[in-house]
Amino acid sequence: MILDSKIPAGPLAEKWTKHKFSSKLVNPANKRKYDVIVVGTGLAGASAAASLAELGYNVKAFCFQDSPRRAHSIAAQGGINAAKNYQNDGDSIYRLFYDTIKGGDYRAREGNVYRLAEVSVKIIDQCVAQGVPFAREYGGLLANRSFGGAQVSRTFYARGQTGQQLLLGAYSALSRQVANGKVKLFPRTEMMDVVVIDGQAKGIVTRNLITGAVETHAAHAVLLCTGGYGNVFFLSTNAMGSNVTAAWRAHKRGAFFANPCFTQIHPTCIPVSGDHQSKLTLMSESLRNDGRVWVPATVEIAEKLRKGQIKANDIKEEDRDYFLERKYPSFGNLVPRDVASRNAKYVCDEGRGVNETGEAVFLDFRDAIKRDTRKIIEQKYGNLFDMYKQITGEDPYENPMMIYPAVHYTMGGLWVDYNLMTTVPGLYALGEANFSEHGANRLGASALMQGLADGYFVIPYTVGDYLAQLAPTKVDENHPEFARAKEEVKQGIERLLKINGSKPVDYFHKRLGKIMWDKCGMARTEIGLKEAKAEIQALKKEFWSNVKVMGTNEELNQTLEKANRVADFLELGELMVDDALNRNESCGGHFREEYQTPDGEALRDDENFAYVAAWKYLGEGQDEELVKEELVFENVKLTQRSYK
Amino acid sequence: MKLTLKIWRQKNAADKGGFATYTADQVSKDMSFLEMLDVLNDQLTEKGEDPVHFDHDCREGICGMCSLYINGKPHGPQQTTTCQLHMRSFSDGETITIEPWRAKAFPVVKDLVVNRSAFDRIIQAGGYVSVNTGGVPDANEIPIPKTIADLAMDAAQCIGCGACVAACKNASAMLFTSAKVSQLALLPQGQVERKARAEKMVAQMDAEGFGACTNTGACEAECPKGISITNIARMNREYFSAVVSSENI
Amino acid sequence: MSWVTKTLNSTLGKKLIMALTGLFLILFLTGHVSGNLLLFKGDGGQAFNMYAKFMTTNPAVKLLSYLTYISVIGHVIYSIFLSRQNKAARPVNYSTSKGSTNSAWSSRNMGVLGTIILIFLVVHLQGFWAQMHWGQVPTVTYAGEDYKDLFLIVNGAFKQLWLVALYVISMVFLGFHLSHGFASAFQTLGLNHKKYSPAIQTVGAIYCILVPALFASMPLYIYFTSY
Repeated sequence: MILDSKIPAGPLAEKWTKHKFSSKLVNPANKRKYDVIVVGTGLAGASAAASLAELGYNVKAFCFQDSPRRAHSIAAQGGINAAKNYQNDGDSIYRLFYDTIKGGDYRAREGNVYRLAEVSVKIIDQCVAQGVPFAREYGGLLANRSFGGAQVSRTFYARGQTGQQLLLGAYSALSRQVANGKVKLFPRTEMMDVVVIDGQAKGIVTRNLITGAVETHAAHAVLLCTGGYGNVFFLSTNAMGSNVTAAWRAHKRGAFFANPCFTQIHPTCIPVSGDHQSKLTLMSESLRNDGRVWVPATVEIAEKLRKGQIKANDIKEEDRDYFLERKYPSFGNLVPRDVASRNAKYVCDEGRGVNETGEAVFLDFRDAIKRDTRKIIEQKYGNLFDMYKQITGEDPYENPMMIYPAVHYTMGGLWVDYNLMTTVPGLYALGEANFSEHGANRLGASALMQGLADGYFVIPYTVGDYLAQLAPTKVDENHPEFARAKEEVKQGIERLLKINGSKPVDYFHKRLGKIMWDKCGMARTEIGLKEAKAEIQALKKEFWSNVKVMGTNEELNQTLEKANRVADFLELGELMVDDALNRNESCGGHFREEYQTPDGEALRDDENFAYVAAWKYLGEGQDEELVKEELVFENVKLTQRSYK
Repeated sequence: MKLTLKIWRQKNAADKGGFATYTADQVSKDMSFLEMLDVLNDQLTEKGEDPVHFDHDCREGICGMCSLYINGKPHGPQQTTTCQLHMRSFSDGETITIEPWRAKAFPVVKDLVVNRSAFDRIIQAGGYVSVNTGGVPDANEIPIPKTIADLAMDAAQCIGCGACVAACKNASAMLFTSAKVSQLALLPQGQVERKARAEKMVAQMDAEGFGACTNTGACEAECPKGISITNIARMNREYFSAVVSSENI
Repeated sequence: MSWVTKTLNSTLGKKLIMALTGLFLILFLTGHVSGNLLLFKGDGGQAFNMYAKFMTTNPAVKLLSYLTYISVIGHVIYSIFLSRQNKAARPVNYSTSKGSTNSAWSSRNMGVLGTIILIFLVVHLQGFWAQMHWGQVPTVTYAGEDYKDLFLIVNGAFKQLWLVALYVISMVFLGFHLSHGFASAFQTLGLNHKKYSPAIQTVGAIYCILVPALFASMPLYIYFTSY
């Protein structure tokens, strides 16, 4: 099978314009005859639902939270990139495109990434018009900052709550369409399956989380905007409810899953404090602008520190190892996320970790405070320092912060073509749920950009092109496929409720998370991955025989919700391991220890792995089939990333 | 630490509900409040009892999904969200009372879970600028004074958790509603629909059955995001000037 | 419903009425306390009695007094509407609530304070205002003109310890009511600004102590000077 990415031919800068022109249009009077389902109401989902409703389509929007405003896009802190070049510092659409392709370690499509950079400028206009209160200069114009090691200042931000403000903007546009009657909202409703009729997506099966009612919804197109799957690691910076269920069930109905092993580990998170830990909290990357990362120079000193015999401030300058500054003199503490994370892991693996669990490094502001005064540091990072103190009970002005990497974002996702359509016609994936723009590593402030680009400016064109080819007649919900899918969902739920084993759901989720983190996390080896595969298979078996799900289906049942999600994570985990095993190279967030340069940097293999690994589901218990989409680079030259 | 937990249990909206008492031992000071409940729930599950249901999602204080009225205060003793509350705020042997948000407009769904969709309907009544996607002016076309943008951002930080309603002796939603009215009244983009917005959002707030404002300031004191009641004053101004000058009869 | 009734029936409209009537009553109290300071003049009540006559006969003052009656009635009625609405907004109460950690006691008990003040008002009006209007008050003559000797009535009344105590205690309640009501009225009217609010709060804080203290000093002065 050959995967057709449907990238339009022609020069890079003209592809999207030409493609929009060649897309078919739906007659304005006919738009109201088409129904579109949008699952998820984060940046991608809310913006898509609002934009499609504005065009006149009938939209049904679903989210598992109690309100669309709670989607996890809200937690993004840093900012959103756009090639506005307001700062006159040499930014351009091409530069944003180039940085994104390079940052992704050349594992993304040129056409998609260029389009992303192209529409980025319109996103800012749109958000400002909605009343998003971006940071401004005294002259009243928009402020920018440089972010994530970028050489230009192209990041727009709203204090440390950019994701929140952008999401509330999209949510307000969505709310307006709800009031207009063009969007019907289904909060506290979880998508359980996709209904595929004659190879085309025609609807979904949902579970009402309050009543447990399993229902079907028919539509001409289904958009999955359901975010990433970082919670497969149990501990991540994702929200507790973030899950892969919608994407995974779509995968089992024929949508290919691409590059599942590409996960991003963020270097500056608050370390784990004990077994009870339920999630990890991210501290903005901007802290690395002034904080210095270090561990004790020797294992002996580190041990004393862990036992509480000495304090961080007792350690003399010559006994400190500022390992990022030492290894990367030109970028120092500002190396990209994957490099910073991996090096923190190395020093902790050597036994030089600084907290009780041995999995933490210091991020020290002592020198910055000495240089700039405490007041200036307070102005820059006050809220982050407060947050750190709230969580850990330690004062970062007095003692160095402790940080450790944590799973933050998943670059992999459902395979989509240039139109954001999956391998199932009529089924689309937007935002973090798809795989397309970030390659093997996402740059800071690019996730918000992608979610909104997909929802506001890409999908309104591409979904129209698809709908224009369908007859404007209602999708028949009485088709036996709907009943069959509904019945299967009900059986799946019943199966979980019947097990009545002895272990709570989290017991399995935590174990899965540990396997994934240890063997398919920051650094991976062939041996480790093979072990992981066997362990996950065994765990899956144990789950289906010994999990304990309390209560019934016909009520609000949070354990049942969790059990459904963990069941899918168990299957996804195995696929991630397969994907990591298959990719015999290191690139971006995927680091295979066997493939590194002599000085420990990622070693890409462009000859053999410059492709998207898309996986096709073949059935319960069977290994999935790998389908390759070769990546063609016509505009950029593939180079080795170096931050020395 | 060992704690006694007095938790509100209610099977569903129709059930009368009541308090149940549990003991939580081996509570670590580093746990978050919700992690303490996670541990309790795992123990309940292993014993074959229905776990305590509560709303939560991001667990980093921004999504606004977590709630809980803890020892007589929304989000507990600190001015933060429940998910950011840590057990070091409590002492060994303490009895902790946990109740759901109480308001007619926030009916209990189950245990500690309440339905806050009234907030969504208030926003749907007018908490937006009516612009379609595309066709908007360049982002820098209208300069906005930094002080104004900052004030708008102060108001826009609301996470919609409902602590203001829970804290208010009148279960009033003025702080929530005024935060959105203020944000859009301050910004030039919100001017076109300014009057209609104030009128419609206040009308919806009343229709949902929230109480009136007595200016006690409890909402501001308990708001995890520090939203100021100057926003309520601004909403009052917006509303009064709208009703006397708008075209709506 | 016309836009006027719709507005006055909204929570904000009801609050507007509370604020406007409250502020008018604050103005009234200011006038009332200033006039009554004549009790301290030590002229055997001449100035006070002349003032009392002026207050009951001058047409402009009459108009103001009707406004005062309307304000009192409006303030009371709307407080009842609001209290009922506020109670209905929370049908199930909390078992434990620590309001003291987030708000002032007086702000949470304006209804209770108001009710006590209303009871006091009935006693007060019955004792002096009704006497002045319809009661048998002896007259005195100053410069050939007859005046009702309200000073005599006041002096007589405040020789009773229980009444003095009632007045003093009631003024404490009034002080608490004003301590929240003064600044709160401005907040309701939308007058909250970092330039002016501190001044409003300071004036309110002084007012809520000064005016009730002056009122309370009158019965105390009479009680202690009458022996």
